[in-house]
Formats: sequence, structure tokens, C-alpha cells
Amino acid sequence: MNQERVQRRGGSADQVYKGVLAAAAALVFVFVALIVYEVARGAELSIRTIGWKFLVQTEWDPVADKYGALPYIYGTLVSSLLALLMAVPLGIGSAVFLAEIASRRVGSIVSFVMELLAAIPSIVYGIWGFFVLAPWLRTFIEPWLIANLGFLPLFRGFPFGIGMLNAGIILAIMIIPTIVSISREVLLATPATLREASLALGATKAESIGVALDAARPGILGAIILALGRALGETMAVTMVIGNTNRISLSLLDPGATMSSIIANEFTEATGNLYLSALVQIALVLFAVTIVVNALARALVHFATGGRRDAAGAA
Amino acid sequence: MIRFDRRLTALTLAALAALVLSAGIAGAATVNLTGAGATFPYPIYSKWFDMYHEKTGVQINYQSIGSGGGIQQVKAGTVDFGASDAALSNARLKEMPRRVLHFPTVAGAVVLSYNLPSVTQPLKLTPETIVGVYLGKITMWNDKRIAAVNPGVELPNAPILPVHRSDGSGTTNIFVTYLSAVSSEWKELVGANTSVSWPVGIGGKGNEGVAGLVRQTPGAIGYVELAYAKQNKFAVAHIKNSSGNFVEPTLASTTAAAEGASAALAKDVRTPIVNSPAPNAYPISGLTFLLIYQDQKDPVKAKALADFIRWAITEGQDVAESLDYAKLPAPVVKVNEATLMTLTVTGKRLLAQK
Repeated sequence: MNQERVQRRGGSADQVYKGVLAAAAALVFVFVALIVYEVARGAELSIRTIGWKFLVQTEWDPVADKYGALPYIYGTLVSSLLALLMAVPLGIGSAVFLAEIASRRVGSIVSFVMELLAAIPSIVYGIWGFFVLAPWLRTFIEPWLIANLGFLPLFRGFPFGIGMLNAGIILAIMIIPTIVSISREVLLATPATLREASLALGATKAESIGVALDAARPGILGAIILALGRALGETMAVTMVIGNTNRISLSLLDPGATMSSIIANEFTEATGNLYLSALVQIALVLFAVTIVVNALARALVHFATGGRRDAAGAA
Repeated sequence: MIRFDRRLTALTLAALAALVLSAGIAGAATVNLTGAGATFPYPIYSKWFDMYHEKTGVQINYQSIGSGGGIQQVKAGTVDFGASDAALSNARLKEMPRRVLHFPTVAGAVVLSYNLPSVTQPLKLTPETIVGVYLGKITMWNDKRIAAVNPGVELPNAPILPVHRSDGSGTTNIFVTYLSAVSSEWKELVGANTSVSWPVGIGGKGNEGVAGLVRQTPGAIGYVELAYAKQNKFAVAHIKNSSGNFVEPTLASTTAAAEGASAALAKDVRTPIVNSPAPNAYPISGLTFLLIYQDQKDPVKAKALADFIRWAITEGQDVAESLDYAKLPAPVVKVNEATLMTLTVTGKRLLAQK
């Protein structure tokens, strides 16, 4: 075995290595393309029969073979938005505390617990939401909301305990760990010199945290996008607590339904070609909504950061 | 070296041949049947398959993926039999590549469970009040239409929260088939299917989802399977049947419903048994079916399948009640036996007349 041979073999090994890795990366695209193809094929009948009205019709009636997805699109978007409204301030707040204020020891213990929270199966969240959160909402929170904030259309109706509000809270709890752990990592990765410089210029602790947060902004927005992705697609937990009613109601106390919940509910017992096809089309719409929402969120990141990916903005 | 290799090859070949042979013998000795479908009868089916395997050695694999999935798999020909809680409609039968036969195996009932802490004796409900509640026309518990049939019962001045299944299910199908049978208004506005567009109420996933909502919410009413209600000791409503009697849902009153409908079942076994004319029948009852093609391809499998069905509708019925399923009444067993006689294998009659 002479030197040349080793080099030549090394060269071809490199090629193979590169090839294998490239193939692995390409596989992701193949899978996505296959999923889109299969789903589009399954939805073809429904797309041809119902057309674009599928997106704006509110009726979902398997008996009459009439299908419209608007209540489900609405439910998915509203429940996810509600979750973000609750989870973002809480998540960023605790990330700041863990990264900037708490001692390293406390920080790592709390983030360890946070990561455990992220590993809990969604059915467990669903059961908790159904058996613990729902009675609590029904007896304490919702009657109070109706009595005191009932002048808003958001809080009118009957205290069911389950419904859009419950789904939003469950989703918020589910996505907080994502926001906290990524935001904390990003904050920890911002250079200490930033804080030192701002403190040296006479900034208060709060102001120097503001500087660090500003530097970490792209990463934190990335964390929020990831969390949003989980909220949009979450199925089991939401199905258990949202009330599964295909009506669009402004009130957060009313039951609703999401795109993933209607699929989970009706797919196994769906007979009839158009019915099945309509359910598959819901999956296609969910796919499209996820892409659009993610694209919008990425555009927002780009806009909010002026395209910079400095500090720990790689997330 | 070469000779040794050759010997090794010969040995390997011999071993392989023995393996193939033994597999062939084993394959001839045991028949494997596969089925897929309904989840409601799964507990009794798996019990039957176990018992039947011990008795005859026939191995039956069953995937409880839901009636819809079972029907799809029968259509695709990937299983030997399907199982469904709802009989196939004429339109669905036409979509099938060949003629499909229905064999009812056991009966089940759907009961109305309610959460009224102040009510201690069983609530009585008429078809009109159930339809009214689920159409959103009766909204308060102390409505005079409910009070009229519950004299002496202190009904609260509280709103009624109707709860339904959110997932497609045979239970829902039986319940809404009943509502369609007793109310033309329901039939026109909502209709019957495994999932329907509910005018009012909220949806819980599965029997446990509906039961959970009813238990948690004072004033709620919801429908669940009789077996589920029995096992959890729920308060259930007595329902007025077509003869005017208020009947408690029990296994016996469910079997009575099937018996009362047996004349119609003899004509078409797919006829719903809801609102049965028998005086002691519980009106919200239904049958669950095995689905197989009338013309079978494989004579060995066909025979095994027919033998199993004959066993299940006779001897197999003895274990039904211990698992909270209602037995088939004798006339329905007869209907099944007549259907069995129509089975063919590639055009030739499978079973000889007795």
C-alpha cells in the first residue's frame, strides 16, 4: 500500500461520503414531494367536484355529501394564534429570567424540567385539559369572564369548559417549552461583550437585557415559528378539548374544530369516495396553511431583523 | 477445501428443502383468515377468534381499524372479511366489485346518559323529547314536554347541554338512524350516517369523551354504548318504544328489538332494527355485521370462513352476554344460516343443504 493508493482511495471515499450525505439530504425533498403528490391525488375528486368553494363553505355534512373547510381553517388559525398570544410573552419572559437573571444552576435545572415538559405525549396534555382544566375553566374562569368581560363578543356564551379557550391554553402549555429552551440558548449565545459594553455606558440591568434581546431577536423569532408549527398541526390534545363543532363563533368560550381534529375524528369511519377525498383535501389545505404561515413568519423575521443573522441568529 | 464446500452446500440445500417442506405442511394444516373493521365488536370478536383457534386451529387475525376502513379493505380485496356497525347502503353495495353479504353477529344498544344530580329515579324520555333536545328545540330540563312523562320528578330549571360523538362511529349511526326513524323533521334536516352535521351541542371523542363531558357538566345529556354505560354504572334514561312502553336498556330488551324486527330482517338483513315493534324492545338498538363476498375465490378459506360464522352465530353467542353484547334472537340466526347457504366458490355452491 503506497502513499498514492491511499490518497486515491481516500479521494473516492470522500466522494462516496459526500454522495451518501447528499442523498440523505435529497431524501427530505423526495419525501415532501411524495407526500404532496399522494395527498393531492387523494384530494383530486374533492377538488374537481367542490372546487375552490371548499375553502369558503361552512357546511360539513357527510349525509348530504357537502363539504366546506372554512370552520376548520378558522379553528386552526384562531387556536394557534390564541396559543401564541399566551405562550410568547410567558416563554420569552422565562427565557430572559433563566438566561440573564437566574444563576446558571437554577437555569439549567429549570430548562431540564422544561425539556421534560416538551417530551410529554400530547394525549397526556389532552387528558389533563379534559379532566382538570375543563372543570376548572367551567366553574371558575369562564363564569368570571362572562360576568366581567361579557360585553366583548369574545367572552359571550355558555361556560362549557371545553372549547376554543381550553384548546388555546393547552396549545400554549405545549409550545412554551420550545420557545423557552431555544430562546434561552440564543440569549446565552449572545456575546457577553454586548452586555458589558451597555453596562459600561451606564445602562441599567434592564436596559442591558434589552440590548441582548435585540441581538437575539432573529433566534427568538425562529423559536416562535417552530412553536407555531407545532400548534398548527397538533391533533390529539386539541381534539379532546375543543368541543368538535363545525361552527364559526367569535366567542372563545364556544366549541370549535380544527383541520387536524376533523381528520382525526372522521377519517377512520368515513365511507364514500367524496367524503374520504374531502378529508384528504383538508390535509392538503392544512399543508398549504402551514407553508403560508411559515413563509409569512419567515418574511416577518427577515423584515424585523433587516436580513441579519448575527449573534445567535442561526436558529 | 472444495469438497468441504460442496458438502456444506449440499447440507444447506437439504436444510432449506426441509424448511420449505415443513412450512408447506404447516401451511396446509392451519388456515389463516384476516379481517378488518369495526371497533365496537372487537372485544367479542377477539374472544371468539381465541376460542375458535383453540377449538379448530383456524387462525383469524383482525384489525379493529373502524368500519370505514374495514369496508375499504373489503373493496380492495386485501382481507377475507370485513366488519361494520352499519350495513352498506345500496349505493355503497354497487361500488363493490362483487356482491357482498351481511352477517349480523351481535346486537348493541345506544343509551342516553345524563347528569342531573337532583334526579334519583330513572329519567323517562319519549322519541319527541330526544329529537327536540338534539334539534335544539327543547333547551331547558323543566320543559313541560319532559315533565309530562316524568311525574313526581323534580326537574331543574337548568339548560340542557346535548353531547354527541365527534368521531365517526357506529354508535352515532344507530342513534341518528333512530332519530330519523321517529322524526321526519330530523330525517330531512340532519339524516343518518356515522358522522352527521349536528344542529346543536358539543362533541366528545369516543364513548369516554362523551361520558366524560356528561359526568363533568351538570345538565348534560349524551349517548354512549350500552356496554360502556353498564361497565361504568351510568344513570341511563328509559325510552318510550313504538308500543308506548318505557323500556330500560338491557341486553334482553336489545335482543327483543332484533327479534321484533326479524320479519323485516328476513327480507333484507340490512334493515335497521331501531324503533322495533316488539312491546318489550329497547328502541335505540342496532346490529353489527361481518361482510364477505358471496362468491369466494379460495375453497379452503371459504369453508373455514363459513364454518366460523356458523359457529359464531350459534355456540359463540353463549359468551356474548358476559362481554355485554346482546345475543342474536333465534329468527336472526336462521336468517344468517339461510345467507350462508348462498355462498359460492367460483360459482359453485359452497355448503350442501342440511
